[in-house]
Amino acid sequence: MRRKLPLIIAFGIGFAMLIQYFIPHPRSEAFYNVIVQQWFIIIFAFMYIFALRSFFMHHITKVKKKKEGYIFSAVAMVSVLFMLLSGLITSRGPFFDSLYNYMIAPLQGTMFSLLAFFIASAAFRAFRARNVQATLLLVTATVVMIGRVPIGDYLWKGMPALVEWVMTIPSMAAMRGIRIGVGLGAVATAMKIILGIERSYMGGE
Amino acid sequence: MGFWQRFLKLDRRWIFLGITVVVIIPLIKPIGLPIKPTKPVIDLFTYIDTLGPESGAVMVVTGFDPSTMPELMPMEQALLRHCLVKGIPVISLGGLYPAYIGMAKMAIDEVTEEFPDKKSGEDYVFLGFIPGVSAVILSIGIDIATTFGNDYYGTPIDSLPMMSSIMNYSDISLVVDVSGTSTPEYWLMYAQERYGVNVGVACTAVSAPAYYAFLQSGQFVGMLGGLKGAAEYEELMTRKGYPTGRRNATIGMDSQSLAHLLIILLIILGNVGYFIVRRGERKQGIIMRKR
Amino acid sequence: MSISTSIWVWIAALLTLMVYSFLYKDNPFYRLAEHIFMGLSLGYTLTILWYNYIIPRVYEPLFLPPHQWSLIFPILLGLMTFGIFSKKYNWLIKYPLAFYVGGYAGLRIPLLLQSWIIRQVEASFLTPDKFTSVYSSINAILIFVGLVTTLIYFYFSKKREHGFGAAANVGIIFIMVAFGAAFGYTVMARISLLIGRMQFLIQEWLGIM
Repeated sequence: MRRKLPLIIAFGIGFAMLIQYFIPHPRSEAFYNVIVQQWFIIIFAFMYIFALRSFFMHHITKVKKKKEGYIFSAVAMVSVLFMLLSGLITSRGPFFDSLYNYMIAPLQGTMFSLLAFFIASAAFRAFRARNVQATLLLVTATVVMIGRVPIGDYLWKGMPALVEWVMTIPSMAAMRGIRIGVGLGAVATAMKIILGIERSYMGGE
Repeated sequence: MGFWQRFLKLDRRWIFLGITVVVIIPLIKPIGLPIKPTKPVIDLFTYIDTLGPESGAVMVVTGFDPSTMPELMPMEQALLRHCLVKGIPVISLGGLYPAYIGMAKMAIDEVTEEFPDKKSGEDYVFLGFIPGVSAVILSIGIDIATTFGNDYYGTPIDSLPMMSSIMNYSDISLVVDVSGTSTPEYWLMYAQERYGVNVGVACTAVSAPAYYAFLQSGQFVGMLGGLKGAAEYEELMTRKGYPTGRRNATIGMDSQSLAHLLIILLIILGNVGYFIVRRGERKQGIIMRKR
Repeated sequence: MSISTSIWVWIAALLTLMVYSFLYKDNPFYRLAEHIFMGLSLGYTLTILWYNYIIPRVYEPLFLPPHQWSLIFPILLGLMTFGIFSKKYNWLIKYPLAFYVGGYAGLRIPLLLQSWIIRQVEASFLTPDKFTSVYSSINAILIFVGLVTTLIYFYFSKKREHGFGAAANVGIIFIMVAFGAAFGYTVMARISLLIGRMQFLIQEWLGIM
């Protein structure tokens, strides 16, 4: 029953939400309103529990077993408490805002900006025109990189128009094909979830 | 080891230094290359520019966190300025994930400082964050006040003068998702397909290529893609005489140009070196076989 | 040049430089900055959830008038996620997951079909309004051919022989153009992130710009 009942729930609610779309009756609309505005929104918020558990299990284990770098794990957990208490004590006041604007924002922004350096290094070391297809990829990338910045227009007036054509015609056609393929796959997966064929989202026993 | 073999083994920290130099120099000494707006940006700009105080609200959704702030914050601020200068009622949605609301607050605080005559609740409304992602998008289509309850500052939405005539998507002319993730697709699926609201997108350069398909089909009314898209929007605002703030996106475009040229040079040199070394190795292989 | 006198700007600049020290080599300053970020961002999320969700959507509707007792059912279903902390009651998490994932699957199907498939296919049809000039005609045909050959390329269940193989080879050309364009845009995106941080260091911290 522990395995069957969740599958029955998934089928029931999935099928109900699917056919609801095609039934314009007020009762159907009321059912949709309650499910979306109450049930989905409330249940979704509890999913953050998984992130919490994952974070604390990892770092508490590191600190308990004094694994390499456990001091940093302790710093991470203290940071969580510090931020939480700052928000609760100041009721999300200016100090809390400053912690976000001058600590979280610069840290996250800088970490992601490291990618610029690594993509430059990868461009030099790894991007090789080994065959016709790779050459086509690199040539297109080069044209797009020049055409999408002001220097492209400065070098040749027709460059921006060429890049727009590449983006709106051949590139768009292939992206559309990929999108349709992904869409069909997503619909198939949704059907499998409703029918109980796909169960990986429930985890193991 | 020959020159090219040594060159291909160049310590990557020299490349890091090169990228840093080409980015910093134009920031200190700008070149001032002109920005030419493209059709997707013009389409979105024109759509908003034709709206006014009586034509329904514009909802600007903050869908990014600090990781994509350099690209998307200039877009969000330009969109908010455009709506405020035109007197369009603007609903700033603090995002579909908790990390986004800080960005929304930063944008709204900075822009509203430039418009001291605009009042929260009368000219603009700043909605907070509610968990649920797609459920929130769907729920806005039913009733905004029931979905959020209060605005970010804790004021009941029912009591806000601007919201007295705005109940759901039928009172909204355009939703613009300023997004660093795939949330624009959710707005298309759940808001546009279900409720028929017009959707525009302001996205990172990573997402832009995939969204041209939705642009061509007419599902998006317009698109700002990457820092260049933000710079183009700032250019259009300048041409119309609207306030543009510091034009951070435009300032960055000179650095962008030089950095791209450096990366292209690295790709070319890497490939030249690769082919020369490979040819040399093949020749050595022939000489070894002959011996 | 006027260096900032704000303590917050200096904290931000210091943290920025600690992260950039990773470019020289991995070091304790970088790891410290990384873990501070992890902790602060989780703490931020929890605070936002408390003020934007727990108080207005759970506490107030249940415990303040007018009481919405009907919310007890979704809240109880949501509370089952706490079963993840226990080996004995771990199975409880299947119920809220089944409800949420199953419900969304049903909700998505017609909307996905409409938005991602039907509308996209519709926009690719060769209708008379696309043949108003030579340029638009060629573009319309290219879009149609590109779409069909891309779909053919990704259809791996059929043997690549005769016309099918040739069509797949044409599809590869369009796909390589698309990936090349995507790579170009990705480079643009990454460089933009660096420009943003450099603008902060030069403008706000050092006051050079």
